[in-house]
Amino acid sequence: MSTPLLKVTDLHASVGGKEILRGVNLTVRAGEVHAIMGPNGSGKSTLANVLAGREDFSVTSGSVSYNGRDLLALSPEQRACAGVFLAFQYPVEIPGVTTAYFLKAALNAQRKARGEEELDAMEFLDRVKAKVALVQLPETLLNRPVNQGFSGGEKKRNEVFQMAVLEPTLAVLDETDSGLDIDALRVVASGVNSLRSPQRGFVVITHYQRLLEYIVPDKVHILMNGQIVKSGGKELALELERRGYTWVEEELAPRSSKASA
Amino acid sequence: MTPQANDLEVLQQDYKYGFVTDIVSDTFPPGLNEEVVRAISAKKGEPPWLTQWRVRAYHSWTKMAPPTWSSVHHPPIDFQAISYYSAPKPKKKLDSLDQVDPEVRATFEKLGIPLEEQKALSGVAVDAVFDSVSVATTYKKKLGDLGIIFCSFSEAVREHPELVRAYLGSVVPHSDNFYAALNSAVFSDGSFVYVPKGVRCPMELSTYFRINASNTGQFERTLIIADEGAYVSYLEGCTAPMRDENQLHAAVVELVALANGQIKYSTVQNWYPGDKNGKGGIFNFVTKRGKCAGDHAKISWTQVETGSAITWKYPSVILQGDHSVGEFYSVAVTNNYQQADTGTKMIHLGRNTRSTIISKGISAGHGQNSYRGLVRILPRATGARNFSQCDSLLMGDLCGAHTFPYLEVKSPTAQVEHEATTSKIGEDQLFYLRQRGIATEDAVNLIVNGFCKTVFKELPMEFAVEAQKLLAVSLEGAVG
Repeated sequence: MSTPLLKVTDLHASVGGKEILRGVNLTVRAGEVHAIMGPNGSGKSTLANVLAGREDFSVTSGSVSYNGRDLLALSPEQRACAGVFLAFQYPVEIPGVTTAYFLKAALNAQRKARGEEELDAMEFLDRVKAKVALVQLPETLLNRPVNQGFSGGEKKRNEVFQMAVLEPTLAVLDETDSGLDIDALRVVASGVNSLRSPQRGFVVITHYQRLLEYIVPDKVHILMNGQIVKSGGKELALELERRGYTWVEEELAPRSSKASA
Repeated sequence: MTPQANDLEVLQQDYKYGFVTDIVSDTFPPGLNEEVVRAISAKKGEPPWLTQWRVRAYHSWTKMAPPTWSSVHHPPIDFQAISYYSAPKPKKKLDSLDQVDPEVRATFEKLGIPLEEQKALSGVAVDAVFDSVSVATTYKKKLGDLGIIFCSFSEAVREHPELVRAYLGSVVPHSDNFYAALNSAVFSDGSFVYVPKGVRCPMELSTYFRINASNTGQFERTLIIADEGAYVSYLEGCTAPMRDENQLHAAVVELVALANGQIKYSTVQNWYPGDKNGKGGIFNFVTKRGKCAGDHAKISWTQVETGSAITWKYPSVILQGDHSVGEFYSVAVTNNYQQADTGTKMIHLGRNTRSTIISKGISAGHGQNSYRGLVRILPRATGARNFSQCDSLLMGDLCGAHTFPYLEVKSPTAQVEHEATTSKIGEDQLFYLRQRGIATEDAVNLIVNGFCKTVFKELPMEFAVEAQKLLAVSLEGAVG
């Protein structure tokens, strides 16, 4: 079988001298959706940020290959241009910069990096208008400053909208479901589902099983204390929902105490 | 005759349209006293009233000391070491652009300045008559048909002495402040605009057309009058980097708007800021003030200040007429070791007068940026309103931003609002943009342009585009 889209091997990362990821292993193939679940502080967001190249996090050991390339050697913008997209847990406001202007700059930067023709304003608008509808946001969003004055739900939908426009190869969704009501959750999920394709892989980070009712994953991983401690199919999420994280902890406890003994 | 000398002559012929005074070869020895002031006036063939005015200004100046209240720091200036009259000399002509400082050329490229203009700006002999000179000539004819006067200050003194006499010093008196008094005594030349009653000036008037003619001089004087119901938009400056051997520049700009008259004055200032270590660079100590002399008059100042080692300027508006409006929109950038102390004064005298102040300060490197503003509302100014917003953006840890808003409200019916914010260019914002594929430098520009948007939208279109590019060049390498 071909090279996996993403292969994370024994990844260790720390922030401010504190180790958060303690040997993560994860393989995502094109076309697959992987859900990563875990309690607060388990390292889910750290993993997402390390994949996107945030410089506050330092990788102390391990490797990440993306389509066979060393992802960790690339700057955040190079990763983006190579097709890695992060839907932020807390999307950032950029005052005075319209969403349209920002997204056109981003899309053209990526197209340029790939040796494609840059889009002019008209081509760009044609392209984005259909995508706005996909996440049920009004077109006026395009003329508003990036995320400024947006509700929590609008910000999350805006992330999915951007993903739809930029058409990444690997999309990492960092708790895109948090703070969404059930209607917004459905919108976000259907946006993501419409982007599922045999060429594209997803890493969906979430607290709750609820999202996975709408975005049905191929694999579910449980991240605890900076390691993936259990992997399974979509039924693992259901079991987790029913029995809680303590079940996983208890199940692991004897093994890890043996290991440390 | 060499072709080059011939070209020079062609250029000089065009000067007769009034942008530059006659070229004389002499320069006064350094030093300033009453004799020097009288000699300057005599050189320029000025009428006695103007000579008297200069002399009075000189005597006021001798009783004054340089201001020390601002936040800028520089070694004391020896005013007796400056030569106060130097006939404008054409800059040394170069044979080709290859002889121009490569750094300057690189900046031209980044600003997208057309080749012919690059040559003219850097003093390279051009083959044809420089485009903008002929353009300016065409414009002058069109303006003349409408009764609009747009000429050099010296020409105005000769051709329209009654207008100059009526308005000179009516907004900035010769004894106003140290640098204004100095300017009044020794000013070299400048621009004069008069727009007659009810005339709307059909184009932006720009000193840009004059920049190739000669150096603008250390002590420039500008006087703009919009008569009743008249409108004029005036652009000052140029985005191309301007170097000058004179370190001190003390200009005075006076604007007068009569009833229902409107003046929009836009500046893009990009004087040489000194090198990365803070050596050299222009000291720009300018007095700019407008007076809404009649009811419903309006004066707007918009400035983008990226150059000079030190900028000290407070474009102000005296709101004398009832219902008159004053506006100040400013972007000031300081990078490396630049210092800027800038802001405005809005003096509300008339009833229901309104003023708006939007100030955006950007500091990078070791740059120090101060906003200093005064809103004064006098008892007669019932129903006066002011809105002020002062935002500072910091890039890095070594720069500084300071805000000094002064409010003096003596009318109980006045409404005054002041908002101020200071933010650091956020790592979060940068990462967000980079994660979408935008390179660090472009991400910084995007954030900065967003920050300045409320000011840029006040600039005439092409000027706004140039200002954005200029900001990008000024802040190059400030982050990352």
